Amino acid sequence: MILARVVGTVVATRKDPRLEGKTLLIVKPVSPEGKDEGGYLVAVDTVSAGFKERVLLVTGGSARMAEGCKDTPVDTAIVGIVDDMQLD
Amino acid sequence: MYLGRVVGSVWATIKDDRLEGQRLLMVQPLTPELQPTGKRLICADWTGAGAGELVYWTRSQEASYAFLPREVPVDSTIVGIVDSINLRRE
Repeated sequence: MILARVVGTVVATRKDPRLEGKTLLIVKPVSPEGKDEGGYLVAVDTVSAGFKERVLLVTGGSARMAEGCKDTPVDTAIVGIVDDMQLD
Repeated sequence: MYLGRVVGSVWATIKDDRLEGQRLLMVQPLTPELQPTGKRLICADWTGAGAGELVYWTRSQEASYAFLPREVPVDSTIVGIVDSINLRRE
Protein backbone atom coordinates (compact mmCIF):
# COMPACT_ATOMS: atom_id res chain seq x y z
CA MET A 1 0.00 0.00 0.00
CA ILE A 2 1.13 3.58 -0.45
CA LEU A 3 0.46 6.79 1.41
CA ALA A 4 -1.44 9.55 -0.31
CA ARG A 5 -3.20 12.79 0.46
CA VAL A 6 -6.71 13.66 -0.71
CA VAL A 7 -6.56 16.75 -2.91
CA GLY A 8 -9.90 16.79 -4.72
CA THR A 9 -12.99 15.06 -5.97
CA VAL A 10 -14.18 13.81 -9.33
CA VAL A 11 -17.75 14.00 -10.55
CA ALA A 12 -18.82 11.70 -13.38
CA THR A 13 -22.37 11.26 -14.60
CA ARG A 14 -21.81 8.81 -17.41
CA LYS A 15 -19.87 5.87 -16.03
CA ASP A 16 -19.86 2.15 -15.63
CA PRO A 17 -23.05 1.24 -13.74
CA ARG A 18 -21.02 -0.65 -11.17
CA LEU A 19 -19.36 2.62 -10.17
CA GLU A 20 -22.75 4.16 -9.40
CA GLY A 21 -22.79 5.68 -5.92
CA LYS A 22 -19.06 5.42 -5.36
CA THR A 23 -17.04 8.45 -4.33
CA LEU A 24 -14.09 9.22 -6.55
CA LEU A 25 -11.29 11.26 -5.06
CA ILE A 26 -8.12 12.69 -6.52
CA VAL A 27 -5.18 11.67 -4.38
CA LYS A 28 -1.51 12.57 -4.52
CA PRO A 29 1.08 10.04 -3.32
CA VAL A 30 3.18 11.43 -0.46
CA SER A 31 6.33 10.28 1.29
CA PRO A 32 6.18 9.19 4.97
CA GLU A 33 7.53 12.66 5.78
CA GLY A 34 4.54 14.20 4.01
CA LYS A 35 6.28 15.46 0.89
CA ASP A 36 4.53 15.21 -2.46
CA GLU A 37 5.93 12.44 -4.61
CA GLY A 38 4.58 13.62 -7.94
CA GLY A 39 1.71 12.35 -10.01
CA TYR A 40 -1.81 11.74 -8.87
CA LEU A 41 -4.46 9.04 -8.95
CA VAL A 42 -8.22 8.83 -9.01
CA ALA A 43 -9.30 6.46 -6.26
CA VAL A 44 -12.57 5.00 -5.05
CA ASP A 45 -13.14 6.02 -1.44
CA THR A 46 -14.42 3.25 0.82
CA VAL A 47 -13.78 4.90 4.21
CA SER A 48 -15.27 8.41 3.76
CA ALA A 49 -11.91 10.17 3.73
CA GLY A 50 -11.88 13.96 3.83
CA PHE A 51 -10.02 16.72 2.05
CA LYS A 52 -6.28 16.85 2.87
CA GLU A 53 -6.47 13.64 4.88
CA ARG A 54 -3.59 11.18 4.71
CA VAL A 55 -4.90 7.85 3.44
CA LEU A 56 -3.85 4.30 2.72
CA LEU A 57 -4.11 3.42 -0.95
CA VAL A 58 -4.45 -0.06 -2.45
CA THR A 59 -3.76 -0.43 -6.16
CA GLY A 60 -4.16 -3.12 -8.77
CA GLY A 61 -6.35 -6.20 -8.44
CA SER A 62 -6.35 -5.89 -4.66
CA ALA A 63 -8.41 -2.71 -4.95
CA ARG A 64 -11.34 -4.87 -6.00
CA MET A 65 -11.22 -6.52 -2.60
CA ALA A 66 -12.05 -3.26 -0.87
CA GLU A 67 -15.50 -2.85 0.63
CA GLY A 68 -18.14 -2.81 -2.11
CA CYS A 69 -15.65 -3.03 -4.95
CA LYS A 70 -15.97 -6.73 -5.72
CA ASP A 71 -16.25 -7.32 -9.49
CA THR A 72 -16.12 -3.60 -10.26
CA PRO A 73 -13.79 -1.88 -12.73
CA VAL A 74 -11.64 -0.33 -10.01
CA ASP A 75 -7.85 -0.42 -9.65
CA THR A 76 -7.23 2.15 -6.92
CA ALA A 77 -9.08 2.25 -3.61
CA ILE A 78 -8.70 4.14 -0.35
CA VAL A 79 -8.93 1.55 2.44
CA GLY A 80 -7.80 3.48 5.51
CA ILE A 81 -7.26 6.90 7.05
CA VAL A 82 -3.81 7.18 8.59
CA ASP A 83 -3.79 8.48 12.18
CA ASP A 84 -0.17 8.15 13.04
CA MET A 85 3.10 6.80 11.81
CA GLN A 86 6.30 5.88 13.55
CA LEU A 87 9.58 5.80 11.67
CA ASP A 88 12.34 3.86 13.38
CA MET B 1 8.94 -11.23 -4.12
CA TYR B 2 11.27 -8.52 -2.96
CA LEU B 3 13.67 -7.90 -0.11
CA GLY B 4 13.04 -5.12 2.35
CA ARG B 5 13.62 -3.81 5.81
CA VAL B 6 10.97 -2.82 8.33
CA VAL B 7 11.53 0.88 9.00
CA GLY B 8 8.36 1.92 10.78
CA SER B 9 4.73 1.29 11.48
CA VAL B 10 1.45 2.92 10.55
CA TRP B 11 -1.79 3.28 12.52
CA ALA B 12 -5.21 3.77 11.02
CA THR B 13 -8.39 3.71 13.09
CA ILE B 14 -10.83 4.16 10.27
CA LYS B 15 -10.18 1.42 7.74
CA ASP B 16 -11.69 -1.40 5.77
CA ASP B 17 -13.28 -3.91 8.18
CA ARG B 18 -11.08 -6.72 6.93
CA LEU B 19 -7.96 -4.76 7.88
CA GLU B 20 -9.10 -4.81 11.51
CA GLY B 21 -6.33 -6.10 13.76
CA GLN B 22 -3.90 -6.15 10.85
CA ARG B 23 -0.44 -4.75 11.56
CA LEU B 24 0.76 -2.29 8.94
CA LEU B 25 4.49 -1.78 8.63
CA MET B 26 6.57 0.67 6.65
CA VAL B 27 9.06 -1.20 4.47
CA GLN B 28 12.10 0.08 2.60
CA PRO B 29 12.80 -2.12 -0.44
CA LEU B 30 16.41 -3.32 -0.64
CA THR B 31 18.77 -4.70 -3.25
CA PRO B 32 20.37 -8.11 -2.55
CA GLU B 33 23.37 -6.06 -1.35
CA LEU B 34 20.96 -4.56 1.20
CA GLN B 35 21.14 -1.07 -0.27
CA PRO B 36 17.88 0.91 -0.23
CA THR B 37 16.15 1.01 -3.61
CA GLY B 38 12.90 2.71 -4.50
CA LYS B 39 10.24 4.30 -2.35
CA ARG B 40 9.12 3.10 1.04
CA LEU B 41 5.72 1.47 1.12
CA ILE B 42 3.26 0.11 3.63
CA CYS B 43 2.90 -3.66 3.93
CA ALA B 44 0.46 -5.82 5.83
CA ASP B 45 2.41 -8.13 8.11
CA TRP B 46 1.73 -11.84 7.92
CA THR B 47 4.83 -12.98 9.80
CA GLY B 48 5.10 -10.97 13.01
CA ALA B 49 8.17 -9.11 11.75
CA GLY B 50 9.64 -6.50 14.05
CA ALA B 51 11.36 -3.14 13.69
CA GLY B 52 14.56 -3.24 11.66
CA GLU B 53 14.04 -6.81 10.53
CA LEU B 54 15.07 -8.01 7.08
CA VAL B 55 12.01 -9.45 5.34
CA TYR B 56 10.69 -10.47 1.98
CA TRP B 57 7.42 -9.15 0.75
CA THR B 58 5.11 -9.79 -2.13
CA ARG B 59 3.29 -7.31 -4.28
CA SER B 60 0.07 -6.98 -6.23
CA GLN B 61 -3.08 -9.04 -5.77
CA GLU B 62 -1.05 -12.08 -4.72
CA ALA B 63 -0.22 -10.15 -1.55
CA SER B 64 -3.78 -10.66 -0.38
CA TYR B 65 -3.62 -14.41 -1.01
CA ALA B 66 -1.57 -14.72 2.17
CA PHE B 67 -4.78 -14.13 4.07
CA LEU B 68 -6.99 -16.57 2.17
CA PRO B 69 -9.78 -17.55 2.55
CA ARG B 70 -10.36 -14.01 3.79
CA GLU B 71 -10.31 -11.44 1.00
CA VAL B 72 -8.22 -8.68 2.52
CA PRO B 73 -7.68 -5.51 0.48
CA VAL B 74 -3.89 -5.33 0.60
CA ASP B 75 -1.43 -5.07 -2.29
CA SER B 76 1.82 -5.61 -0.40
CA THR B 77 2.38 -8.16 2.35
CA ILE B 78 5.41 -9.27 4.33
CA VAL B 79 5.40 -13.03 3.81
CA GLY B 80 8.74 -14.03 5.31
CA ILE B 81 11.57 -13.02 7.61
CA VAL B 82 15.00 -13.43 6.02
CA ASP B 83 17.57 -15.40 8.01
CA SER B 84 20.45 -15.06 5.59
CA ILE B 85 21.31 -14.26 1.99
CA ASN B 86 24.09 -15.83 -0.03
CA LEU B 87 25.22 -13.98 -3.13
CA ARG B 88 27.81 -15.50 -5.43
CA ARG B 89 30.03 -13.02 -7.21
CA GLU B 90 31.26 -14.13 -10.61
